[in-house]
Amino acid sequence: MQKIGVFVCWCGSNIAGTVDVAAVVEAVKKIPDVAYAVDYKYMCSEEGQKLIKDAVVEYGLDRLVVCSCSPRMHEATFRKCAESIGINPYMVEIANIREQCSWVLKDVAVATEKAIQLAKAAIAKVRFNDPLHPGQSQVVKRALVIGGGIAGIQTALDIADAGYKVDILEKEPTIGGKMAQIDKTFPTLDCSACILTPKMVDAACHENITIHTYSELEAVSGYVGNFDVTIRKKARSVKAEICSGCGICTEKCPARKTPSEFDEGLRNRGAIYIPFAQAIPKVPVIDREACLKFKTGKCGVCSIVCPNKAIDYTQEDELITEKYGAIVLATGFELIDLDKYGELGYGRSKNVITSMQLERLTNAAGPTEGHLVCPATGKEPKSVVIVSCVGSRDTTERGKTYCSKVCCMYNAKHAMYIREKYPNVDVTVFYIDVRTPGKGFDEFQRRAVEEYGVHYVRGQVGKVLSDKDGNLTVFASDLNSGKHLMLNPDLVVLACAVKPAKDARKLASMLTASIDTNDFYVEAHPKLRPVESPTAGIFLSGMCQGPKDIPETVSQAGAAAAKVIGLLAKDKLMTNPCTAKCNEKICSGCLTCTKVCPYGAISGVEKEVITLNGTREKRVVAVVNEALCQGCGACTVACPSASMDLQGFTNKQILAEVDALC
Amino acid sequence: MIYNYYPGCTLSTKAKELDEAARKCAEALGFPLVELPEWQCCGAVYPMASDAIAERLSAVRALAAARENGGVLVTLCSACHHVIKRVNYDMANNKDIQQRVNNYLGLEVPYTGETKVLHYLEVLRDVVGFDNLKAKVVKPLQGRQIGAYYGCLLLRPGQVMSFDDVERPEILENFIKAIGATPVIYDMRNECCAGYMAVTDKSICKQMVGEIQDSAANAGAGEFITACPLCAYNLLENAGATKLPVSYFTEVLAEALGLNEGGAD
Repeated sequence: MQKIGVFVCWCGSNIAGTVDVAAVVEAVKKIPDVAYAVDYKYMCSEEGQKLIKDAVVEYGLDRLVVCSCSPRMHEATFRKCAESIGINPYMVEIANIREQCSWVLKDVAVATEKAIQLAKAAIAKVRFNDPLHPGQSQVVKRALVIGGGIAGIQTALDIADAGYKVDILEKEPTIGGKMAQIDKTFPTLDCSACILTPKMVDAACHENITIHTYSELEAVSGYVGNFDVTIRKKARSVKAEICSGCGICTEKCPARKTPSEFDEGLRNRGAIYIPFAQAIPKVPVIDREACLKFKTGKCGVCSIVCPNKAIDYTQEDELITEKYGAIVLATGFELIDLDKYGELGYGRSKNVITSMQLERLTNAAGPTEGHLVCPATGKEPKSVVIVSCVGSRDTTERGKTYCSKVCCMYNAKHAMYIREKYPNVDVTVFYIDVRTPGKGFDEFQRRAVEEYGVHYVRGQVGKVLSDKDGNLTVFASDLNSGKHLMLNPDLVVLACAVKPAKDARKLASMLTASIDTNDFYVEAHPKLRPVESPTAGIFLSGMCQGPKDIPETVSQAGAAAAKVIGLLAKDKLMTNPCTAKCNEKICSGCLTCTKVCPYGAISGVEKEVITLNGTREKRVVAVVNEALCQGCGACTVACPSASMDLQGFTNKQILAEVDALC
Repeated sequence: MIYNYYPGCTLSTKAKELDEAARKCAEALGFPLVELPEWQCCGAVYPMASDAIAERLSAVRALAAARENGGVLVTLCSACHHVIKRVNYDMANNKDIQQRVNNYLGLEVPYTGETKVLHYLEVLRDVVGFDNLKAKVVKPLQGRQIGAYYGCLLLRPGQVMSFDDVERPEILENFIKAIGATPVIYDMRNECCAGYMAVTDKSICKQMVGEIQDSAANAGAGEFITACPLCAYNLLENAGATKLPVSYFTEVLAEALGLNEGGAD
């Protein structure tokens, strides 16, 4: 006879406030095989765990049900508790009577009834639990960081400094990311490139770091500790080994109609180009869409002028395969498309620009060598309007509901850039709220107002008009005075919302990493596991997880690195024993399961099996590689003969739960 | 398909040209309009209060009548379209309004937003198709620089009207291209003309219309087209120094289709 112990937690008032825990205990006591049931204020506490252990000894319990919070919170706690008293940890079931019951219900009678139902279901399941034993897997001592911006660079440096090999994968021709485009950084106004480029060089020179630029993730398989990754190194059409980076080809290239991505379209680049002077690697790349040689077969100027004969038009994409123990996502952000904000005139007037374009206009290495001019006229502006929250905190279908977090600070920074260098230029910032929490941040913004004389107007811009001569008119409201304003600035700067990089969703599905409705990667726990993805072995760094500024990004990069180091420092990992298992007696060898398995964990193997009649015969059956199986259960659903079962979640267990509820 | 047609009061009085041209053109383009029998005024202004039930009744009567006759209702006046489309949305999505309106009306089958409301321009775009329309044009309005004036009612609120991009609409511009003229895009084309402020404070009207007129003229427009009788009235009657001529889009359509004797006026 089984001896089941049921432990009902109050979770302080979290559960006991809505669920009559004593009634739950009384109800489950009546269920056959329940040898003991008790409630306690905090079952996860040391006292609570002792209560469980004592009950196991006193009543000879062999399987446990804990009615408490989500198994994501404390399943591991109670499994460890069971193990310490000699019960296999997989003989424990959790009935979630908090998140799925007390927190979502108000009526005590209803919540208590539901808690009893959930407890009954868990008891029905635990009857069919079998002891399971985790296996072990090796850890490959190498990490992959996807994204070579400040987040990726910092993560890679920290991992490499701890003595582990790291590869950086960057889709652009150079590492550096968005921070390389920025002129100065808040709140200290130090030059962005001056603090970034030494880190880029450190990464490039580090013996433990390998950088793959102009490269993309082609395929991923495997699991935590053992990822098999294929990287597509796109053809640069330049032999990196012999290129000296002199840049003559980029100057002589006659195809100059492509807007420079790095300069935000404010000037054109050649078809062969190096994004910026401090690019790493300093090896040009040919944009084959723009290159005359590739489009028409004529030209070849770069090949003629190259002193090292490094141009190679026949170069092809290269596929590299590598094994990694951990993968860090540091794919960063981009600005939203302004197509849906037609009223603000972006695209209609060249004098309406984004904040990133302003960074390029004020940057000494930018298209105007740092002279602030209106792009349409080439003249210095007399007045500038900065519009906050373009697409941020916007609950309509066209915007993003979240706060982009960095804009209030960079708006103040931009206003200061302008007022510092051009004291006669009038700057007005329109805002909904000014949000500047952070070390030295509020002081910074106040300096913009008090010392630099920047006008801050609470209110939003409704429309930006441009006449055929390029003159701008801004309609706005001043909420403090209740007046409608009409301004005629020469330049309008839109602080548009940030969003995750375009390929974030694609990468998420390749890595089975969770993503939210805005395409930000989701962390394993918003407070307690903020740099890990719920998928084991995948870590998060920087803007790809949510809006954040440079100091925060660098902190998170370090935190992600620490988590990776912690993983790589282990020689072996325990594997999850809740894997699929094939009942070879009834497996017909159709191998439908192999087609649905996302992890390639099942294969058909010809072997001698015992049939249902007890005879032996040789035939093909499905065999699960337990190291690869992630326990998703897809095969158990696909199997036509129900011979595939997921250990810990067998068909029998699930049906027993359902039966108990019905 | 039966194109039930809701003309509305203004189209039977002050804006007869809008209505007459529309009927002629619809006939010529193969979607003859069938006027709803005994239609009532739509209320002219969409009732903003969710407990204003009686104000929604006449729109629902028209919608329910169209439901019994094929389920499509074509509107033309921007204000009627605005009211009817929004009330239809309420009837489909707001259970409270739906129930209370049906309590009033006591229809045999309660009305729950089944009718499809199409603006005449949507029929041109989605049923006839601007390419087909272009093929049927006999007198292309070549050389005419036309500024489309959307006003506010046709487009907003964007989600409910689901007519076109609220800030960068293009349906009227594509229509202008189809009839052989040149569309002129100007900043104020989707701004309000001040509407009924014409009754209470003409100075506001004059200011707003002035901005619209200047904006269009400045961008090089020689004339306006619109779908809204009140916009047409304000653009003409409350214009200042700049006063571009205004016609209804159905009038220029009739002209391009060769349905007007005498051509351009």
